[in-house]
Formats: sequence, structure tokens, C-alpha cells
Amino acid sequence: MLRLALLLWLAALPLRAEEVVLGLSQDRVAITATFEGSDILIFGAVKREAPIPDIPLDVVITVAGPSLPVSVRRKERVLGIWVNTDTVALESAPTFYAVATSGPLDQVLSNTEDLRHRVSIPRAIRSVGAASMAEDVESFTDALIRIRERTNAYQLLENSVALDEQTLFRTAISLPANLTEGAYQTRIFLTREGRVVAQLKTVIDVHKVGLERWLYALSRQQPLLYGLMSIAIAIAAGWGASAAFQVLRRG
Amino acid sequence: MQIYLPIAEVSVDTLLLLGLGGIVGILSGMFGVGGGFILTPLLFFIGIPPAVAVATGATQIMSASFSGVLAHLQRKTVDLRMGTVLLVGGLVGAGLGVILFNYLKSLGQVDLLVKLCYVAFLGVIGGLMFIESLRAIRNTRRGAPPKRKKHGWVHRLPLKMRFRASGLYISVIPPLVVGVLVGVLAAIMGVGGGFIMVPAMIYLLGMPTKVVVGTSLFQIIFVTAFTTLLHATTNYTVDVALAVLLLVGGVIGAQIGTMIGTRMKAEQLRIWLAIMVLVVCGKLALDLLLTPSELYSIASGAGGY
Repeated sequence: MLRLALLLWLAALPLRAEEVVLGLSQDRVAITATFEGSDILIFGAVKREAPIPDIPLDVVITVAGPSLPVSVRRKERVLGIWVNTDTVALESAPTFYAVATSGPLDQVLSNTEDLRHRVSIPRAIRSVGAASMAEDVESFTDALIRIRERTNAYQLLENSVALDEQTLFRTAISLPANLTEGAYQTRIFLTREGRVVAQLKTVIDVHKVGLERWLYALSRQQPLLYGLMSIAIAIAAGWGASAAFQVLRRG
Repeated sequence: MQIYLPIAEVSVDTLLLLGLGGIVGILSGMFGVGGGFILTPLLFFIGIPPAVAVATGATQIMSASFSGVLAHLQRKTVDLRMGTVLLVGGLVGAGLGVILFNYLKSLGQVDLLVKLCYVAFLGVIGGLMFIESLRAIRNTRRGAPPKRKKHGWVHRLPLKMRFRASGLYISVIPPLVVGVLVGVLAAIMGVGGGFIMVPAMIYLLGMPTKVVVGTSLFQIIFVTAFTTLLHATTNYTVDVALAVLLLVGGVIGAQIGTMIGTRMKAEQLRIWLAIMVLVVCGKLALDLLLTPSELYSIASGAGGY
């Protein structure tokens, strides 16, 4: 029993031989009225007691926004017009997801590790048990990825992590302007020959501030008041414009 | 300049929103249509989530209509009595429409039904108006006197009421029915209903075109206020920041539109509205008929609308 434990400890040892020390240019993103997106610099170093092994090191960094359920619909031609026919409801898909790597993703991360840690974009979308009317669920998740990649909500950034001397790494991830509020899970994986040798998780906090925060909170907590306020603003603006034009016409 | 909208959670260009509001406002003041049937698709196009676009569109239309009504009140071109009768019918219709909408939603395909509704109504109304206006213009060119109002079955119904501003003495039943029908359609299609209301008042009730616009706007204010409140309390989809930007452009546009409208001849006004309705109809019909570039679409939430 003791021998087995010792063996396990020895097997686990290489995992602890290298550790990630991380820095972020900012660990919170404030969404203001003039928010136009934000570049986040993720940098760090590999801390190790032993000399650098011969097998080259690779780094994979992922940033994931809050996950929400999503339904994807497909159109088909029925009686000459295009109609939504099939729908696939995905249990959860991140609203934002970026993967940055120091090399081609299929080389720096093996399939098994990808499956375990859900690193690549298709794996990050949970489609297991998707309630669907269609047989080919995969083409729906492909469409989701394609559409979100077009708006930069999903980004695959291969070769974008700079790695110096197998020790220092850095990358920049640009968050688009259309961000959803929440905790953005950030993960850093160190890999060798496709196997994960060390990992670190941290969180980037994205939230609205000032007027944006206040309006959002009011709309959720006091919806009636918020609705009446909207109506009052609309009426006031309509009256104001009318009065202003009258003055202009007289003047 | 970009601005981040707190409820829609997207970042859009401020000038684009101001311009959009302005164009819709001009149309609103000129024709007495709320402009929702143009604004809502335009908002989709610039990337505002559909639910937010529909709800906030209503808020903006209310504001533009209010501004327009004030301008019309000064010219005494609002039939308040007729407007109130239409409104009573409209609110009943909106209630019925919401029930019908939820029933259609439970069947699925509500999206398609809304679009087909649009194409059918816009096509028929636009076509009829276009033909009628052409005929009227040709008649005035020939110098033929315009036909007197016909006394059809509409005038034989009971419960007669005098509508002084419109110069009508008719039963309240037809305006009530028109109000209910427009209310139902407004709730289903997510618009104020002006583009249906205006032709209905001209052709079914025989109201003079000048009064029709102000009266339609008067009724739209209340319908859209009701819609705004409903969306704000149930779906949390009214974006005040978006509404403010749209309505700053919108109220200015509405005033300009009213000025243009009063200087134009009634037939010309009608033919332009007809052309606009037909263009929107054609665009929607093409969307249904042509192969879309992306066959898939994303709806947030499981089974969300």
C-alpha cells in the first residue's frame, strides 16, 4: 500500500516540477458607456526547480465568458419559402471563448487532453444531451462556431503565444465590445508532447459600472419603475422637440 | 463615437442610431405611421438583439408620435373623439393579440407567421393604395371633380356619433372594429399599427387624409406606451440608452416630417406611403424566397423566441 502510494507520488512528481507564475495586465474589465472592447495582456513565467527538460514546452491559454444555453436553428425550403425547420438546443455555450497557443493546437495538445480539459472551441461547447429535432447535431455546433467566429466572440489564435527560453510567455487577447457581464475563466496549460504538465486557473472580472450598472440593475429589480421612466423620458423628449421647433419657427 | 447599450449588451455607433431615429421620425411625421415596420428590421440589421429591438422600437415610436401629435394639435388635424374610439378598440385588440401570439408561439413557427403577416398586409395595402392614388392623381389632372363620399353599408349601422373634426356622422361600430383588428395585428407583429390604421381610416371610414395622420399618431402613443410597459415588466428588454438615442433623432425627424407632410398634396402623400410600404413588402418577400447566405441562426436561451 505504502509502495503504491510512493509510486503514485513519483508519477505525479513531474507534474509539480514546473509551475505557472502569472500576470495579467488587468484582472477586471469595466464596461462603461463608451466601452469599445479591451485588450488583455496575459503573461507569466514557468517556475521550476529542475533543469529544463529536453522535450520542448508549449503553452495554451484559454479565456471563457459566462456560459448560457443556446438554440441553433436551421432553415429549409418548404413550398418555395425558407422556413426554420430544425432546432438544436445546446445545454451551454460560452458567450465568449478564445484559445491562444504557442503552436498548432493539434500538435501542442493531444486529443485526450483536449477532451479532459475542454480546451478547443468545439469541446468548450457542451452539446451532450442536446435536445434536438435533428440528427446531425454536429453541423449545428459547427454553425454556432462559424457565426460566433465571425463576430470575434470565438477566437482560435494559434501561434500567438510568444514563448522565450521555455520560461517566459505572453499573449494578448482582445475582448470585443459586445461582452456579457460575468466572471471570465482564464486557464493556462503547459504542455509537453501534447500532455498537460501544469495548469493554472484565474478569473477576469467583467462588469458594468456607473450609469450602465444603475440602468441594468433598475431594469431587473424595479421593472415597472424602469418602464414608467422610459415612457416619461420618451414623452418629455417628444414634448421638448415640439416646443423647441415652435420657438425656432417663431424666431 | 461608439456607445455600449446596457440592456442590449452591444456596442454601436451613436451617429448611426441618431440617423436611424431621424429617418424613421420623418416618415412618422409625414405619413402618421409609427415607423415600427421599418425601424425594427433596421435595428436587427445593425446587430441589436431582436427582443430588445422590438421592445425599444415601441418606446421610440411613442416618443416620435407624441412629438408629431403636438404638431398636429396646433393645426387642429387630430380627431380626438375618433382617436379615443379607435383606442378603446385597439386596447381590446392588443389583449386578444397577446393571447393569440402566445397560442401561435406554443405551436412554433411564430417567426414565419409574423413575416407572412407582414408580406400579406403590406402587399395588399400598398398595392391598393398605389392604384387608388394613381387614379386620384389622374382624375385631378383631367380636371374631373373628386367623387363624393359614398353612402354604403357603413352608414346604415346603428349607434351613430358625430365626429366633427373628420366631418363624419357615422356609427361607432366600424371604428371600433378597425381598432380591434389593428390592435390584434399590432400585438402579433410588434408594431404600432399605423400603416394598417391609416389606409383603414381613409378607405373604410372615409376620413379626410389630413385628419387621419394626426388621429393615427394619437392612437399609436397609447398602444406603444402599453407595449413598452409590458415588455419592460415581463421581458426586461427595453433599453433606455438605445431609446434615448433613437428618439433624439426621431423627435426632430417627426417635426420635419410634419412640416413636409402639410405642404404635400394628399394624393402625393398617399402614393409615397404606398411605394414605401411596397418596398418593405418586397424586401421581406425576397428574404423568404431567396436562398439565405447563412442557413443557421442563433437564438439565445433554450427554445427562446
